[in-house]
Amino acid sequence: MTDKDRTVKYRLRMPKRSVSSRGLKTKMGQDLRSRNRVWLLMTLPAALWILLFRYLTMVGVGIAFVDFKPRKGIFGSDFVGLQNFTFLFSTDAVLQATLNTVLLNLLFIVVTLAFSLALAFLMFQIYSSSISRVYQAVLLLPNFISYVIVSYFVFALLATDNGMVNGVLQGLGMPRVAWYTEPQYWPTILLITHLWTAMGWGSLIYLAAMLGIDNELFEAAEMDGAGRGRQFWSITLPIILPIVVINVLLALGSIFNADFGLFFLVTRNQGLLYPTTDVLDTYIYRALTTSGDWSMASAAQFYQSVVGFLLLLTANRLVKRIGGRDRDLSLM
Amino acid sequence: MKSGSWSKIIIHSLLGLIALAALIPFLLIVAASFSDEMALTVKGYSLWPRDFNLSAYQFIFDKPGRLLRAYGNTIAITVLGTSLSLVMMSLFAYALSRQLFRFRRIYGIFLVVAMLFSGGLVPYYILVTQVLKLQNTFIILLLPNLIGLYQIIILTAFFRQLPNELFDAARVDGAGEWRIYGSLVVPMGKPALATVGLMIAILYWNNWTTPLYFIRDPDLYTLQYLLYQVMRDAEILALEPQIGASQLPTQATTMAMAVLATGPAAFGFFFAQKYLVRGITMGSLK
Repeated sequence: MTDKDRTVKYRLRMPKRSVSSRGLKTKMGQDLRSRNRVWLLMTLPAALWILLFRYLTMVGVGIAFVDFKPRKGIFGSDFVGLQNFTFLFSTDAVLQATLNTVLLNLLFIVVTLAFSLALAFLMFQIYSSSISRVYQAVLLLPNFISYVIVSYFVFALLATDNGMVNGVLQGLGMPRVAWYTEPQYWPTILLITHLWTAMGWGSLIYLAAMLGIDNELFEAAEMDGAGRGRQFWSITLPIILPIVVINVLLALGSIFNADFGLFFLVTRNQGLLYPTTDVLDTYIYRALTTSGDWSMASAAQFYQSVVGFLLLLTANRLVKRIGGRDRDLSLM
Repeated sequence: MKSGSWSKIIIHSLLGLIALAALIPFLLIVAASFSDEMALTVKGYSLWPRDFNLSAYQFIFDKPGRLLRAYGNTIAITVLGTSLSLVMMSLFAYALSRQLFRFRRIYGIFLVVAMLFSGGLVPYYILVTQVLKLQNTFIILLLPNLIGLYQIIILTAFFRQLPNELFDAARVDGAGEWRIYGSLVVPMGKPALATVGLMIAILYWNNWTTPLYFIRDPDLYTLQYLLYQVMRDAEILALEPQIGASQLPTQATTMAMAVLATGPAAFGFFFAQKYLVRGITMGSLK
């Protein structure tokens, strides 16, 4: 049942009762007004929070256009036009961070999609066995581990002197690698870390979609002699494709935002690794805290927020066109 | 036996291997925490403890103050924050789920805009430090995760599916909206509230960014932030005056801290898992 059906049903029911007598109708009107007042009251605490933390901060990106002095506040500081942006783009650092953000996110999206689909397909084949719940739980667990702990894990694996990976390398007669000083390895390391945290979640979404497929389709395909691989390409994938596309589009919409914990903690914020690991979020954080450079931070923030907004808006438009619905608005 | 059984064996072993591989980091940490510090330094991390001993745990339990404090803070924040969050979000979602609510459309747009445009770290940082001046307070640890827009949407969708006939009947019987919310919506919404509550609780439990941005007072450290500090500066424990730095089981201790901080939560995860799974599918397939 769609929302529209429900609205119609509900609206139809209301007048039926109220037409019976004029007095009741006015009473209902008053009643509805007072109920509306209560509903409005109920929304206020959360609405205030959203206003403060979401809307006020939207206005706050405007500090990119002033020479922000904390003592003077946003409106008291001097307007400097685009000066902060000229300053920001005068070095390569922010372009490097942009490139890293977009390229690494793209890499993550593509590889995670492939792994999630493959995992979901495997789990789907054995879904009836009880042990599949164990696989599911184990693969999902990393998603709920904080990046602080993840950074411990990666350190135990990659520590130069006594990390397990170097131990294995040495056992194989290969030289040790000082992982935390060699930027060229980090796209792969970050990809594996991301995959480890994300694939359980991803596969679950696709598994749920696969479980929604009518089983008769698979039975018919089996009768016609189609193997599991053939079934995947000819039945499963075409049917769940809309969900895949929607998920990928939404991920692409957030391609300008990096996972701060992954890039800040897992890399141990090592300056030597910045060439491949510095992303917009870590760049902004550093500009804000380490160097305390408001103009740089605010300009970079404006740039990230606005481009990120345009990307997300585009993604949502496309999702609406493809899925025939707007994921967010459809629920409203 | 059908030919399918062979492929099933292959699938099982494949998934089993992947699941095992996913567990390796956990094993590594646990093994290290039970290792002798010298052996760990010399022979390195492995999946089995090096020269099994409990000195890392002994060291922590000798002076558990810091860890206990962080645990206390984290539990207090998680419980308080999640409860407050559930009340605020469910009230909002209930009102929003009413077709006759006059501001439903406006609030819908209000939410979507907030989801699409994020001001990001810089304005948020200014808001908290310059406007609200909440740095180094307990309140700031509570505030940032109080409302999840995505979670509001899950709750709204769930509340909308509840049978309206029941609410109408209650209204005819003279029940006000608060009454309906308290005695019908909350009990009937339990599955969704459990899922959303878990999501929020995990956000609180794992939060390390809020203290990173705003907390300098060690008394307000959360578990995750304490672990971050310990990792960043393993010598932080050396500040305890009685013990010479040389005999400090630093790496093993750090790992034991991680085990003590994560163990209970990971254990809880396996019980809570099915609610979380429901949350994932609820959100993605709506």
